[in-house]
Amino acid sequence: MAFRSAVITFPGSNCDRDMADALEKVSGTAPYRVWHADHDLPEGLDFIALPGGFSYGDYLRCGAIASRSPVMQAVIAAAEKGVPVLGVCNGFQVLTESGLLPGALLRNSVIRFVCRDVTLKVENAQSLFTSGYEAGQEISIPVAHHDGNYYADDATLDRLEGEGRVAFRYVGDVNGSARQIAGVLNAAGNVLGMMPHPERAIEITHGGTDGRELFESAIKGLVGA
Amino acid sequence: MKVRVHVSLKPGVLDPQGRAIHHSLEGLGFSGVNDVRAGRLFELDVADSTSDEALDDMCRKLLANMVIENYRIEKVAA
Repeated sequence: MAFRSAVITFPGSNCDRDMADALEKVSGTAPYRVWHADHDLPEGLDFIALPGGFSYGDYLRCGAIASRSPVMQAVIAAAEKGVPVLGVCNGFQVLTESGLLPGALLRNSVIRFVCRDVTLKVENAQSLFTSGYEAGQEISIPVAHHDGNYYADDATLDRLEGEGRVAFRYVGDVNGSARQIAGVLNAAGNVLGMMPHPERAIEITHGGTDGRELFESAIKGLVGA
Repeated sequence: MKVRVHVSLKPGVLDPQGRAIHHSLEGLGFSGVNDVRAGRLFELDVADSTSDEALDDMCRKLLANMVIENYRIEKVAA
């Protein structure tokens, strides 16, 4: 069964091709490419990806304008019906701004743009996106962001940890994120937001392949091995 | 009607930009600055008939992120 996925492109997205390439290489089927002004998504999607970049030039707040764009109403409706949604980097910011994920992403505590490979610890290896990893496994994935400092109030952080909704943590401080959180899941487990870029680590020529398992896990979980 | 919307980070939310500005002020030799918090000011020109509820809605739905920010609406005399 073909894997039906979509990559959403906002004005200023710049990792949408990388995301589409990763989905095609791992699933064997090219994703639909959906423009931000579209009001509808293709029928019967298995997976939606919100890519990295600088949507709307990061005006107002990172992800704020994109999260109010027409296509996001359709993405929110699909997510609420259980369609898996992966948001990477700016896509994570769009997910928090839209309310699909709790918390917010503040300016990095170090003020600098951080662009390097980081080590992540897999906290939850049972989600749709992470089932191919081992709990506690350390993986290397690139980050490239200025506003990746995850913030939520203590009660929310306690709840996320208690419910197993922290998917990944940074090993060491990268950007000041509360409790070194790098990726979080929604309550139903079908929405994952993360600052690191798994789509930039799927083949040897990328310098690492630790991100590939995330796509493999999701695709296997959705359409079978 | 002219309206100013002041958006500021909630108390307790880390403000790396405010901290960098603070550091820079000290670098310029200004002493006695205890803290700096950076915020945003929006100047809106809206129809006179715009209700307070509508202004609140604009702040909550877009101008402020209620997870991390507070807002204050100030109506400016013409």
